[in-house]
Amino acid sequence: MARRPRPAATPGLFGIKRRRPLRLTIALAFAAVSVFPLLFMVLQSFEPPSDILSGPSLTVSHPTLSNYPAAWTANSFGQYFVNSIYVSVATVAITVAFASLAAFAFARFRFRFREVIFYIFLGSLAVPSVELIMPQYLLMSRLHLIDSLQGLVLIYVSANLPFSIFLLRGFFEAIPRELEEAFRLDGAGTLRVLSRLIMPLSAPALATVAVFTFNAAWDEFVIALTLINTPSHRTLPIGLALFIGAHDTAWGALFAGSVIATVPSILVYLLAQRWFQAGLSLGGLR
Amino acid sequence: MIPVSRGGRRPVARPSAAAARGRRIATPYLLLLPAGAMYAVFTVYPLFRQFDISFYNWHIFPGASNPFTGLSNYSQVLHDPVVRTAALNTLLYTVITVPAQMLLGLVAAAMLTDRLPGRALWRALIFIPVVTSWVIVSYIFAYLFNAQDGLANSVASLLAGHAMHIDWLAQTWTGNAVIWLVGIWKGVGWSFVIFLAALDGMPRDLVEAGRIDGASEPVLWRKVIIPSIRPAIVFVLVLLVIGASQVFTQVYLMTQGGPYDSTQVLYTWAYQQAFTNFEFSYAAALASLIAVVVLALSVAEVQVLRRNPGG
Repeated sequence: MARRPRPAATPGLFGIKRRRPLRLTIALAFAAVSVFPLLFMVLQSFEPPSDILSGPSLTVSHPTLSNYPAAWTANSFGQYFVNSIYVSVATVAITVAFASLAAFAFARFRFRFREVIFYIFLGSLAVPSVELIMPQYLLMSRLHLIDSLQGLVLIYVSANLPFSIFLLRGFFEAIPRELEEAFRLDGAGTLRVLSRLIMPLSAPALATVAVFTFNAAWDEFVIALTLINTPSHRTLPIGLALFIGAHDTAWGALFAGSVIATVPSILVYLLAQRWFQAGLSLGGLR
Repeated sequence: MIPVSRGGRRPVARPSAAAARGRRIATPYLLLLPAGAMYAVFTVYPLFRQFDISFYNWHIFPGASNPFTGLSNYSQVLHDPVVRTAALNTLLYTVITVPAQMLLGLVAAAMLTDRLPGRALWRALIFIPVVTSWVIVSYIFAYLFNAQDGLANSVASLLAGHAMHIDWLAQTWTGNAVIWLVGIWKGVGWSFVIFLAALDGMPRDLVEAGRIDGASEPVLWRKVIIPSIRPAIVFVLVLLVIGASQVFTQVYLMTQGGPYDSTQVLYTWAYQQAFTNFEFSYAAALASLIAVVVLALSVAEVQVLRRNPGG
């Protein structure tokens, strides 16, 4: 784990071992409340369709797996899953590449309007997806990118660049310059310094950016809802919303689909977790 | 392919000093080019395009006439009673969920910053709501708070002693409360990890010195611990206020702004005006106005918090 080693003599915030039972209880309570709705979702995904609205149910009396194939085959859910993987992976790859290049410029070069350009990027942290959806819709229709997954990727990358650049810049700046100079003396050019030295040393920050970007793309709802018309181009969040009917909702299938859709985001987080905390603590937040 | 010299001893043709200098000046701009171009085309340009549209009575159909109407869209927005409700709801959402997320995040971080059995596991679990989908979370809570036999009604029935069938999401205040609850539940993990990183990284000798001097725990927190994680607090506050002003998905999916627009927030109303009512110019004016206000607030917030280290 990314727990930073602390000198043995340094006591914790509360002194060594102080109030451990109390702290453990509160931590447990936080963890329980955090996972409860998700456990509930998993539980309900095993509930037969007929039982699902028949009273309060923290237990499943007749557990069944039938919701899973039902969810997977409903409205080509499998296709939406593949679409979402494609869109999210492409968004992460392009965002990490472009944000690293830009963050390297901000961290290591002195140039005119550096801070102005940086703040123009940062300004859009105040701009959510919904804000721009109408003009983006017009732009995409003019570029003939309405209804295309590539169009979604372009918008998602643009939306995820500012925070990624912000986080990476802070991390890159903390890497000692001497390392870079040694590298350059060996004749390495800028791109080589970035790809062979700075980026490998920045694994925690890159992992953090990847987690945030993957989830933002995986979870994105309103842009996909607005830009995608063709059923076979839908992404998972849209596919999930289709289970909600005006009159009856297939809750069992919805929850089974939700479990399937949750697995990749949790998997990505768990894979990146060992770098995650360090990525946040050494990034722009010091 | 460029021919590579075998022995590595042959002098490589060096570009002139002027060319090298030119390249050095151009390098940062070249590095910025991919991100900058994407950002300019897909974020900055739409922002200005929207601002432009807000001054016209604009129609989406090609060839339709789009007369210039000056500020009339803005005046329409400012006189719209739904905008007033939506602004108030957005403000309430911010005022309620931001402090709640920060306080709970800080408490959780304080519990976990020292050694604790299972620390890594608790940390991962508390962060999990952040990485789950807004769409999924909205539906789970809609189900927990459904009018028939949702878990919330079971608990209410148990407390009341008789069967309760509250339609939580169809009433103004309970609907708003569930929207807040979702926002807090999903957000705590985010401020938690940032506060945890800050607490883990802060020097412990000051706390120890204070404790030796006999300072009580509350005093230590007020005078030593909170001030030393101040940058993290400012960062979390600014980003959470921005995030709260952008509340959208759970409202859109759980209450659709109803009943009678009483749970609308600014962006659900803007989206509905654009894509349900096709009032594009109105939506453009409203969205531009929100963007300007949020941006101004964020800048002001950063300025005030930076200037006033005691506050």
